[in-house]
Amino acid sequence: MSLSKDDVKKVAHLARIHVAEDRLDGLAGELNQIIGWVEQLSEVDTDGVEPMTSAIAHDLRWREDAVTDGAQPDKVLANGPATELGFYVVPKVVE
Amino acid sequence: MSDSNELLSLTLAEARDRLNAREITSVELTDAYIDAMERRSELNAYITPTPEKARDMAKASDARRAEGDAGAMEGLPIGMKDLFCTEGVQSTAGSHILEGFTPTYESTVSGNLWNAGAVMLGKTNMDEFAMGSSNLTSYYGNVQNPFMAASGGNQPLVPGGSSGGSASAVSGRLAIAATGTDTGGSIRQPAAFTGIVGFKPTYGRCSRWGIVAFASSLDQAGPMTRDVRDSAIMLGAMAGFDPKDSTSVETAVPDYEAALTGDIRGMRIGVPKEYRVDGAPAEIDGLWKQGVDWLKDAGAKIVDISLPHTKYALPTYYIVAPAEASSNLARYDGVRFGLRVDGKDLNDMYAHTRAEGFGEEVQRRVLVGTYVLSAGYYDAYYLKAQRIRTLIARDFQEAWGSCDLILTPTAPSAAFGFEDKADDPIAMYLNDVFTVPASLAGLPAISVPAGLDKDGLPLGLQLIGPAFGEETVLRAAGVLETAADFKATPQLAA
Repeated sequence: MSLSKDDVKKVAHLARIHVAEDRLDGLAGELNQIIGWVEQLSEVDTDGVEPMTSAIAHDLRWREDAVTDGAQPDKVLANGPATELGFYVVPKVVE
Repeated sequence: MSDSNELLSLTLAEARDRLNAREITSVELTDAYIDAMERRSELNAYITPTPEKARDMAKASDARRAEGDAGAMEGLPIGMKDLFCTEGVQSTAGSHILEGFTPTYESTVSGNLWNAGAVMLGKTNMDEFAMGSSNLTSYYGNVQNPFMAASGGNQPLVPGGSSGGSASAVSGRLAIAATGTDTGGSIRQPAAFTGIVGFKPTYGRCSRWGIVAFASSLDQAGPMTRDVRDSAIMLGAMAGFDPKDSTSVETAVPDYEAALTGDIRGMRIGVPKEYRVDGAPAEIDGLWKQGVDWLKDAGAKIVDISLPHTKYALPTYYIVAPAEASSNLARYDGVRFGLRVDGKDLNDMYAHTRAEGFGEEVQRRVLVGTYVLSAGYYDAYYLKAQRIRTLIARDFQEAWGSCDLILTPTAPSAAFGFEDKADDPIAMYLNDVFTVPASLAGLPAISVPAGLDKDGLPLGLQLIGPAFGEETVLRAAGVLETAADFKATPQLAA
């Protein structure tokens, strides 16, 4: 499998990273090098092997269904690059 | 009052005992380190030094001690990796995108250390978002290894990564100890490069809450210290159950220092044949054989073992970790924290913020991660890697049938120069060839400085244990340390 310039453009859009047109070729080369290298995994027989989703075997805990945190809007907003009246401010999304 | 260089030469355990005996104060010890940090600022080990905070914390610690109230880390000045969120102190994760981010909360592990009495000297430098094995990806500049190669003509060397600032600080005596985090080797490899002890405990031992997430199923915090006893003391203060981390394990924290009995008679040490890699320097293999002999001389039984899927660990890691990273790093969107770069609309703002805020290696990994998770490729890459991760963990599980611990080298080389691997991402990834398998399996693993290469640069040996086998790992590490008698001090120590 090999990524084309257009594939890189698509992936960059999915990742919301702007990539300048003149960097697409170089980046495709780097990504293909990495993807080509990890492709050696295809030679491993994994039929009937369960995927590992947790580093250690344990059941997720239950807890009381209760509010344990919240009601601190000033702290939540403290690091926002643009905030106003208790909200984050973003570019207009609805015309 | 003690001589400053003598204070800086104390291990954490020695300083603790001197503090307990009222022979020194935390203020004296802390001042010696603040002075050392200024004298050796060219190592660039700290992104944000916090000398005023350190003095205040030291004063408060001395006052607590006077009241008879001393914790396990009372008055000991440490470096905190800049991946840990610290309330009121900038926490950057080595990234431009988090420049200026000042958490309004404290990570559980750093909070545990302050509650145990530790003093914060500052936030240590690191590879951006912990992605790297050299500290060269930090937005805040390279960190220099305090060790120099005898034949290197004063060429600066990397301290390893991602916890490179912590490693350089502990090795160069700019901190008595420091925290690290390890996703694929980020504690152990820099510890080996700088001649210190680095311990990644079992996944779930230390809370991940408040640590900037890289790959959540792999990230684990641990201590970076001058010796094994210090590692035991500091891990005890860091570890513990935390209801705020769903993968935190609810088991009591043992007295790790008590595990250092020096007695490993009858212990079975596994030596995996797959860890002999072509092209690794003969010194690495020689040191490994030497390590085997040391443990045998101490009464351990050596067992040849096989971990057949070892060669697939690194490519598996480079699917799993970027996949998780691409998801975790989605939160850096220019809205809630850090950098914002304006765009013509919301999507354009996101894309420009992330293009400018993330460095090259982070962008590369986010793109790889996005690709392997994208529609049509998920099964072929991500799911496949997760299945192979099962096989890697199973290899270890089977090995525990015939051995108690596994001995390997920590890294395939000694520290290298700033320019040596700059253009080849995969050559850089190969640094973690010996550390990644234990990360994928979630197992505790320690690096102990064990020898020097022909240029006088430190080399480490790694001991891997079964899940929650920290005490056994520490006990054998202590024996290895005594036998190796590693005494080299770096040329650039304060």
